[in-house]
Amino acid sequence: MTLSEVTISELRELASRYPEARSALLPMLHLVQSTEGNVTNQGIELCAEILGISAAEVSGVSTFYTMYKRRPMGKHHVGVCTNTLCAVMGGDAIFERLKDHLDVGNDETTDDGKVTLEHIECNAACDFAPVMMVNWEFFDNQTPESAIEVVDKLRAGKKVQATRGATITSWRAAERVLAGFEDGLVDQGPAAAGPSLAGLEIAAEKGWSAPSANEAKAKPNEVPDDKVGAVEQADTSRAESETKDEEGKK
Amino acid sequence: MTDTLTPVLSADWGNDRAWTLKAYEQTGGYAALKTALTMAPDDVITLVKDSGLRGRGGAGFPTGMKWSFIPQDNPKPKYLVVNADESEPGTCKDIPLMLATPHTLIEGVIIAAHAIRAKTAFIYVRGEVLHVVRRLRAAAREAAEAGYLGENILGSGVDLELIIHAGAGAYICGEETALLDSLEGRRGQPRLRPPFPALEGLYASPTVVNNVESIASVPSIVKNGVEWFGSMGTEKSKGYTLYSLSGHVKRPGQYEAPLGITLRQLLDLGGGMREGSQLKFWTPGGSSTPILTAEHLDIPLDYEAVGAAGSMLGTKALQVFDQTTSVVRCVLRWTEFYKHESCGKCTPCREGTWWLVQTLQRLDAGEGKSGDIELLLDLCENIVGRAFCALGDGAASPITSAIQYFRKEFEAGMHTPSSWAFPPEASTLFAQEVKA
Repeated sequence: MTLSEVTISELRELASRYPEARSALLPMLHLVQSTEGNVTNQGIELCAEILGISAAEVSGVSTFYTMYKRRPMGKHHVGVCTNTLCAVMGGDAIFERLKDHLDVGNDETTDDGKVTLEHIECNAACDFAPVMMVNWEFFDNQTPESAIEVVDKLRAGKKVQATRGATITSWRAAERVLAGFEDGLVDQGPAAAGPSLAGLEIAAEKGWSAPSANEAKAKPNEVPDDKVGAVEQADTSRAESETKDEEGKK
Repeated sequence: MTDTLTPVLSADWGNDRAWTLKAYEQTGGYAALKTALTMAPDDVITLVKDSGLRGRGGAGFPTGMKWSFIPQDNPKPKYLVVNADESEPGTCKDIPLMLATPHTLIEGVIIAAHAIRAKTAFIYVRGEVLHVVRRLRAAAREAAEAGYLGENILGSGVDLELIIHAGAGAYICGEETALLDSLEGRRGQPRLRPPFPALEGLYASPTVVNNVESIASVPSIVKNGVEWFGSMGTEKSKGYTLYSLSGHVKRPGQYEAPLGITLRQLLDLGGGMREGSQLKFWTPGGSSTPILTAEHLDIPLDYEAVGAAGSMLGTKALQVFDQTTSVVRCVLRWTEFYKHESCGKCTPCREGTWWLVQTLQRLDAGEGKSGDIELLLDLCENIVGRAFCALGDGAASPITSAIQYFRKEFEAGMHTPSSWAFPPEASTLFAQEVKA
């Protein structure tokens, strides 16, 4: 497959969005994946040519990040969080059941080319654990049964709706949005749901709110106002010692 | 007396179509920007400094002070970069914020860029959250169409271009210098400091890197003032913040409260632990912060008190585990994560995390050898403080703290698999019953 003229001009357009063109490399690789189905050698060479860097440099970047795939992907990417909290809450069980059900291992694609299964790291939805992602859309509070239902629907080509997100399109379409092109689905799904609103709902029940601006009186301010004091109180012991070294040199 | 919960950032998350400009303006959105644009940039910096706002991304460095480090006599362009790479295990506050009310962040970005005199700003959002990327791109487009971004913003003479940049899956890019390398289109590997980003950051130009929640807090400070912000929280940990409760609790979720609330208070608000469950251990601020136990339930969750208890406030990601959970299994899984995410630049972290995993796998399988606990502690000692960035230190945190509080469980790993002592089924969300 060769990259089309349209894609080439879109790659150039991405490069022109940044103060320095090379900053566009990550989005450009997302775009290559969206048209080619993975990061291809041709895609690497084209990015290198547009940015005026070597193919080895582009290749080095593409192999560093886990979202870039060097093998052809299935139509949908299904990621099961097996980082500690999700794993404990059931992510391990979900991942095992899906491997069995789809007859694939980690990072493998079903025979029909519909689903690539992968275990993923923490996806920042721990209050919805266990979490599954389809083409990087949230599927919250999963069970082995609900996860199987989702993948079966995906394989059958039925409509699947993310818990907090849009109707599932495809992994390639998702990659295009990540590259920097809107797809018109922004208004689907809620602003927030379930656990995201837990504190807000409790506050409403109890009649609690932030103080009003004109009644508020600040407590004494003991946040340090010099650099050494600030790093001493910050949680970065390294920054602290480095700053002290630096100050000492002056 | 301040209320127990004080929703500010999350106040509008339940509103209809809260992510749109129209909804945001209806609740007073972009009013703070109008105020800030009438202020001199240095006055905005002073205001944020005086508020006592400290970085919400984990380190707790005063935000206004960070801004004041930007050398304004440097002829190079200044850059503002928002760290929206939220990936620290347990951390889940910035993603719901950007999903629900992305304009809060964008308003903060414009005010902060005005303060540090940046004409280009970036939001580096992790790539694995498609709908959040959609909401950010749409919000940036709407803001530009309304004249809040672009040239001569609202006739103030201030210019700002905002670029929404999606990452590609690498925990290390949450580290600010790795993030900058990644944003330059390179492998995301931390840089040696000094120079700090304030002097030589993006494109070797003066750069401020701030967490999403820090920047999103700025409009509320401009709008309501320093007295208001400081009326919440403690003397050294000022203001309100998002606490993220997850795990074996009745009501996981986001709780916005003044700094200094305790885990006991938060648990009580949500009905406590799940049925039949007792608290065993928890992280105060993600997996890189040493674990704590039930004896720490009444520690105020602010920078100082959590530090005094031997851990760190971190990202206020409270992951709560009950008595069904094997601490060895958890520590192994976290360590596998750090091994996978180690960028490979520094030997102690790259090789050390590999050896830690080997040793922990034996203990988890009940095949530990005598001396393995000492080996783990020795390996940790050789990693901590010996790598470029905090990933190595973070990898050691769960191990050393877990051995401190639960040494017997590691000793049991010499003969009993963790899955026998703690059947994993019992820990799941869909477990039929929790055995005491």
